[in-house]
Parts: sequence; structure tokens; C-alpha cells
Amino acid sequence: MTALAVNGLNKSFGGLRVTADVRLAVEPGERRLIIGPNGAGKTTLFNLITGEMSPDSGSIALFGRDITRLASRRRAHLGMARTYQIITLFPRDTILHNARLALLGLSPLRWNPFIALDRQPHLSARARDALGRVGLGHMADRPLAETSYGEKRRVEIAMALAQEPRVLLLDEPFAGLSIDERHDVRELLKSVPRDVTVIMIEHDMDIALDLADRITLLHFGQVIVEGTRAEVVADPRTREVYLGE
Amino acid sequence: MTLRCAAIIIAILALIAAPFAIGQDYYINIASQILLYAVFALGIDVLVGYGGLVSLGHAGLFGVAAYILANVLAAGYGHAVAIAASLIGGLIATAAFAAVALRSTGISFIMITLALGEIIWGLAYRWISVTNGDNGISVTTRPAPFGLSLASPRGFYEATLVIFLLAMAAMAIFVRSPLGAALAGTRDQPRRMNALGYHVWMIRFLAFLFSGLLSAVSGVLFVYYNQFISPQALALPASAAGLLMVIAGGAGTLLGPVVGSALVVIVQNVVSAYIERWNFMLGAIFVAIVIFMPEGLVPGVTRLVRATWRTASRRRPRAMAPSLGPKP
Repeated sequence: MTALAVNGLNKSFGGLRVTADVRLAVEPGERRLIIGPNGAGKTTLFNLITGEMSPDSGSIALFGRDITRLASRRRAHLGMARTYQIITLFPRDTILHNARLALLGLSPLRWNPFIALDRQPHLSARARDALGRVGLGHMADRPLAETSYGEKRRVEIAMALAQEPRVLLLDEPFAGLSIDERHDVRELLKSVPRDVTVIMIEHDMDIALDLADRITLLHFGQVIVEGTRAEVVADPRTREVYLGE
Repeated sequence: MTLRCAAIIIAILALIAAPFAIGQDYYINIASQILLYAVFALGIDVLVGYGGLVSLGHAGLFGVAAYILANVLAAGYGHAVAIAASLIGGLIATAAFAAVALRSTGISFIMITLALGEIIWGLAYRWISVTNGDNGISVTTRPAPFGLSLASPRGFYEATLVIFLLAMAAMAIFVRSPLGAALAGTRDQPRRMNALGYHVWMIRFLAFLFSGLLSAVSGVLFVYYNQFISPQALALPASAAGLLMVIAGGAGTLLGPVVGSALVVIVQNVVSAYIERWNFMLGAIFVAIVIFMPEGLVPGVTRLVRATWRTASRRRPRAMAPSLGPKP
């Protein structure tokens, strides 16, 4: 069964078609890279897939289940997690609390107004675990405001991984990172188990190329080329759109 | 942690001992007013401080509970029935209020709560068969739970203190709970919270109900304190005063609303005896707070104390550094 199936998806802002008849079929365990120049509609496509925007027409299915009209939060409960291109974390809290909120979001405990959240050892242990996976275990108790940009990016990824998603959507996970940090994040993404389907937007092709099984090239909201790494790189349209002719 | 426990116990003992220290009935009544407005401000703080939703209509919710209490008592029912009806009615009004107001956030939320508060005020003013209009409704007796009379200022203070402490405890438990953390999350990153699996609207709605319940409790206390309710008590200035208490004391803190309530009530009642233009003075105090401690009195003072403590403790080791530090 297809992990994520997008069919005939359309979205316009006024007269501007940002997503134009997009079709995607991502297999379970696949690593899919979505590339395209600025304004190609990559993030809009993510927002449609995660339900933060609703499409004008078309359908989205997660493991065969139609989720086109489902609220974002319901999709999270069905196993979809995402990171944001613009860091979207909880700046007043510690790193640990950020990770804990990610875990709490899928737990029935989140409705409980009586117990003390910081006295849930099970939850905190799992949050520390998730932070350990991205190499932030030693600084879990630090306030988020006192961390570097690269560390924040890793918190984003830790929060998504903590939810143990079936489909993980990464929106430019390398954006704004130094060369060393890029290397670390790449190793981290390589270590994501194969039972997780990963869909990644990346502006910079070089860094993400060897993570991808298949690549989709978007331009002006349309899928221009789709195929294996070699096919897409060799395609003359890629050169035309992406490398600028 | 033990230091915190000790501080809480000392504070509670001080509050219990306060009437004996104060002595005069007039000032004991002012202490009761501080506590009852503190409950009102705590309710606003749930939304403003923890939910990031600024409400200018809470006096309306306070008023609904107050008028239900006065009417049920006037109809000849006992205090227990009247209080229960008042709290339930307050919650129902809050649910309706929240269902409309939570269609938006930010400035529109402020405007909708303002409008709803004004509608309730308008009803209180014009629906004369129920509210007796501008003349208001008098309540002749105060309840006597477990045979303890609340008729005296001291008795009323003690009852108000118990309810205030319960409200503080409920608030302290709520803000540390998962639901409280979720509410704070929706304040900081509503979009992310939705993507993480939280029902943002429902979390805000539940917080609104809690907030409305505290408003209703303070409305009941208000009616029993004044033994009178009129539209003036739920007009816009009352909502604004509650909001100012929260902002001046420190939104998103437990003690902030209490400090804010003390500030406003003391200036209104005590300082006004000495300074004719006490409103001007209250305004000047707020301006000073906004300039010097924009985060509010409680977080502002905490920050100052910490900074002083840090410089003090930093100075000491520096004096010893030459003898202890490694030789270059």
C-alpha cells in the first residue's frame, strides 16, 4: 500500500496557482526528496499534506485512508509528523519541555488538568530519549532560548521523531546550518529507521541528494520531473528549471 | 522546594493572622475586597497570561453569576441553591461567551469579548424586570456555612480567604498540569500545537470555562460582600480593572493577579482618602510599571532580586580568585 498518495491536488492564492494538479505516490519506507526553486510551491504542498491548509480540489490519502478533509491534529494521530522551515518551537520553555509537548500531543494525558506534568517520569524519560537520538541529551534542561540555531533545528527533528511517525515530513532541515551541522543532521536523518517514510523538501540539491531514493522536481506548482536520483539529475528539464538556463 | 513550601505556609499563616493585626473593620473589609478581586483577576489570568487571549468582557461573566445569585435569593431559595445556580449559570454563560469569542484571536478576540461584556451590561441596565435596572438588587443576608456567621467583617474575611486559597490551589494545579502546558503551548505556537495533535480550540474552550468559573465565584463573593448588585459592577471599567490587575501584577504568574488586585483595591480605597485625584495616581502607577517592569510587578521584582543576588554572589568569589585560581 502507498504510504502517501496525493492526487490531482490544486491550490490557488487569488489568481496564483501554487499547487497545480500535483500527483505524488510515496511508498512505505521510501526517502523522497522534493526539490524546486524558490516559490515552486514546496512548502504549500507540505501545508496541504499536513492539513494546515485545505486544497481547492484533489485528494490526499495516508496508507489508503482518505485524509483530505481531516484536521491537522487528526493527521498527527494517524502517524504524520512534520518539521518547519522557519523554526516553530516553544521559546519560553526548556528543550526537554519542547520534546515533552511533542509526546504529550499524542497521549490521552494531554487533557488532564490535575496531575503535574513534570512529575510524569515516563514522559520525561521518553523525551530525553528522543533528545538523545539527535545528540541533545546532555543539554535537555537548558532553556530553548539559550540554544544555537543548529540545536533548534535538531530539536525540531527530535520532536517529530519523538512522535514515532509513519510518515515524516521535513521542510528544509538543512536550512541555515553550518557545514559541520549539515553533516550531523545528514547522519541523523540517515539513522531514521526504514519503517518511517521520509519526505523532505530541500532547496540545496547537493546536500540531500544521497539521502533520497526518488526525487520530485516542482516548478510553478507543477511536478516537472519525477524519478530516481540518476534519472532526475540526468533529465534536461531539471537542468533547465533548476540550474537555470 | 522546601524553601518554597515554607514561604507558602508563612504566607497562609500571615493571611489568617491579618485581621487580628489589622484590627479595624474598615481595613478587614478592604482585605476581603483584595481577595475577592484576586479571584476575579486569577480567572482573567488563565486566559490572558496562560492562553494569550486578552479579554475585556469578564465583568459580564462576573455579573451573570452575581445577578443569578441575587435573583434566586430574592425568589426565596436558600444560599446553597442560590450559589449552585449562580455557578452553573455562570458556566453556561461562559460557554456561550467562549463559543462566540473563540472564533478569533488577537485584536478581534479583545473586541468580541468587549462587545459581549457590553451586551451583558446592557441587559443588566435595561432588563428591569429581572435586574431592577440602575437601582440594582439588594441581598439582605449572608450565608452561615456550618453555623459560622459571615455577617461580621472578620467572618466574611475568613470565608473569602478559604475560597481564595482554593482558587489559588486550583490555579497552581492547573498551570502545572498537561492541560495547562497545552494551553501555554497554544499561546506560543498554536499552529505547531495543531500539527502535534492538540485540539487547540477545545483547549482554549476548557481554559475559558475555568476562567469563567473563577469569575462566577468572585461574582458570588462580590454580591455577598456588598449585599448589593447593580449594572455598574459589570460595566467596561470593571473588566478593564481586572485586566489591569493581571497586567500590572504579572500575566502568566500565580501571584501577579493577587498583587495587582491588592494594588488596585488599596489605591481605590485607601489612597483615595488622602489624594482626591486617586485615579490619576493609579494611572501614574500603571505607567511606571509599564516603563520599568513591562512584564509586571511579580516577574519584575523577581528579576531585580535575582540580578542583585547574582552580582552579590559574584563579587565574593572574585575577591578570592587570586589565591584559588590556577597559576598562569
